[in-house]
Amino acid sequence: MRSRLFLWVPLALFAFFAGVAGYMLTQEKDEFVESAMIGQPLPDFALAPAYGGLPGTSKADFTGGKPRLLNIWASWCLPCIAEAPQLEALKAQGVEIVGIAIRDRPEAVAGFLARHGNPYARIGSDPISEVQLAVGSSGVPETFVIDAQGVIRYQHIGDIRPEHVPVLLAELEKAR
Amino acid sequence: MIAEIGLAALWLAAALAVLQMVSGAFALRAAEGEVNPLAIYARPAAVVQAVLAVLAFIMLLWAFAITDLSIKLVASNSHSMKPMLFKLTGTWGNHEGSMLLWVGVLALSGGLLAGFEKRLPARTMGATLAVQGFVALGFYAFLLLSSNPFERLPVPAAEGTGLNPLLQDIGLAIHPPTLYAGYVGLSVAFSLAMGALLTNQVNPSFARVLRPWVLGAWVLLTFGITAGSYWAYYELGWGGWWFWDPVENASLMPWLAATALMHSVSVLAARDALRTWTIMLGVLAFSMSMLGTFLVRSGVLTSVHAFAVDPERGAFILGLLLLYIGGAFTIFALRAGAVSEGKRFAVTSREGALVFNNVMLSAILAIVLLGTLYPLLTEAFDVRVSVGPPYFNPAGAIFAVPMFLVMAVGPLLRWKEDKPKRLQFELMLIAALVIGTIALVSFFGQFPLLPLLGLGLAAALAVAAFLPLKGRKLSRVPVATWGMVLAHFGVAVSLFGMACEGAFSQERLAAVAPGGTEQVGDFSFTLESVTPVAGPNWTAIEARLAISKDGGEPVILAPQARNFWSPPMATSESALLTRWDGQLYAVVGNQAEDGRWQIRVWWKPFVTFIWYGGLLIALGGILAIAGRVKVDVKRRVASAKGAERRADIEALGAAAPVPAE
Repeated sequence: MRSRLFLWVPLALFAFFAGVAGYMLTQEKDEFVESAMIGQPLPDFALAPAYGGLPGTSKADFTGGKPRLLNIWASWCLPCIAEAPQLEALKAQGVEIVGIAIRDRPEAVAGFLARHGNPYARIGSDPISEVQLAVGSSGVPETFVIDAQGVIRYQHIGDIRPEHVPVLLAELEKAR
Repeated sequence: MIAEIGLAALWLAAALAVLQMVSGAFALRAAEGEVNPLAIYARPAAVVQAVLAVLAFIMLLWAFAITDLSIKLVASNSHSMKPMLFKLTGTWGNHEGSMLLWVGVLALSGGLLAGFEKRLPARTMGATLAVQGFVALGFYAFLLLSSNPFERLPVPAAEGTGLNPLLQDIGLAIHPPTLYAGYVGLSVAFSLAMGALLTNQVNPSFARVLRPWVLGAWVLLTFGITAGSYWAYYELGWGGWWFWDPVENASLMPWLAATALMHSVSVLAARDALRTWTIMLGVLAFSMSMLGTFLVRSGVLTSVHAFAVDPERGAFILGLLLLYIGGAFTIFALRAGAVSEGKRFAVTSREGALVFNNVMLSAILAIVLLGTLYPLLTEAFDVRVSVGPPYFNPAGAIFAVPMFLVMAVGPLLRWKEDKPKRLQFELMLIAALVIGTIALVSFFGQFPLLPLLGLGLAAALAVAAFLPLKGRKLSRVPVATWGMVLAHFGVAVSLFGMACEGAFSQERLAAVAPGGTEQVGDFSFTLESVTPVAGPNWTAIEARLAISKDGGEPVILAPQARNFWSPPMATSESALLTRWDGQLYAVVGNQAEDGRWQIRVWWKPFVTFIWYGGLLIALGGILAIAGRVKVDVKRRVASAKGAERRADIEALGAAAPVPAE
């Protein structure tokens, strides 16, 4: 009689796979890459104005007084149009929003703001995604809560839907 | 009404699957040579079930054709403005529809097996149909309980939401159905293997029944993978032809297992060797198909093929996997020890070479499987990794290179035992071709190692593929042997294409102002204009490139950057210039601030040979089937004649005894 032990090998391998796969199915699927920058101070940066209407921005704008929102967006980005009303709502609640326009042109920025409203206090232009990558954002739109000391406290990935507005307000309150 | 007919057909088919399973199982309770009266229902149940499942699929096809927006699946995946062809292909461009297609093909292959296969002993056939019914039942349950394709909306939608534009392509019309037919064709191999194992009938006549199914499924898989690779190549606009994406790997793994199975089943048929191994591969091949379905449909792995995923459905399919693969491997472990060992053979023999390559194929399969599942494993420990070409290419090559060498020699060896000395000339020729080609190519420049090896092996294989014909009268060579020659030659052609693409591709990415000219390889391209164009459900920016080789007559290529509006999505439509010695591949990108356009152009020498080779391989498989069927029909006719003659003799003998000589 041949040794029969090896006949069990396929079953054992399969059982191992099934165990791992079963475990993974129970895990919350997280498709987004979260910034490793949460809890870290903002990197040093200084960006030129994205268009003629508002000043540019630098790290200094985020220190002192109150927590602020840093909104990474672009005029060519469709979800950014979808989140514009929510940014307006946040502004109406007294939130100061600083924008960074990614790979954009002044005319396009001005056109976007004319069409979809302007909730921003300042907009810096980031033509090569330098600051975007430095704060740990992988796409547009993304929104960060920055506390009064200039430390990144919270990251929202994707467009802000109406249900996210209270979440962001709560995070701003926590960062106070 | 359409949806209700489809749904009713599905439920009835599921009920018949139960009947098929139970009735098939009763066949096992019959004594040797007898037929259990309850076992006669299995065959008709399988046939009718096939008709019903196909009917259900046709109903869904119809619903998509007339864009019946009261059906949820149609409303969420189709659009009344879509061209008719893409309305129809949209039927299987979504989860529920593609699962219905899967089940339809499963039932159809079960029905064909039940309807046409008369050679197997009744007990083995019963067990096989029982397993086939059991497998089908699980997938009916999945369809009916968690992914009902015929679900109605409470209020019909005003308009559909459209189909992912990447899928609005003729490639989608061909690629998934052929792949599915191949995947699911392997279910018959699985059922037959289990049936033979349960009734201890693992022998050459079983192998002859199994072979056409394996060959057929393998041809479809080969064709589906080839089509899929070409589709990804021109549709995704990245210029690559294989991305080692989990979903691609999910189609490659059953193919590797089926390739090994096809060869081992031939050994079993011809020489009565490799019994346990053939059963193992039969189980493995379909297991890989189901595993692929699980990986694709559950969303446990992140892939460019971002299908709508649902963990609940994933859990359901995982349950089915546990039942079928776990069950099959358990039976294998318990019963395979009872399968007596097949005939023995020497290391240097045709069998020896086939076993070696079987092991190599299995090793490559293990490497692909490991690379595909590794991210899943590490993610369980919260580490995110992505495994790509830097792992797959060299790790696969470690086993592929010796496999190609043995593949060149194997068909020249004799069965049972052979002396390498007899093949001195052929061995020298193969070695000379490998070394000569590599030396020649290295002389002209520095190229990466793998493509270089690939070129050498391709040259040797291309010649070696025809060596089995040496010294034979070509008109008398069996069709199946021509099939083998052609398929092996196809491997050489494909390998040549891959190696050339890897070694000699030239790429140019440039920002070009209208009127500007750039150079890639021997070609110069001029950006003549960039204009907006519109299609039925998209608008696009179209660049017109005038391409000329060495200053010759220019040819116009028009790559587009398309924007679909329902659903909103941007795609890059590449434009291809195909010549006999390669392809020019052009893509248009964004406009830069200064008004120049990003244009990316590749010159890929002999890249088309990858797919020509794939088609040759599939064609070889078709010839092999044709040859086997021809021999089989001849044999049946001959044995029928023989039976007649024996009956005549007996009748004569009863009337007048034959005088003793």
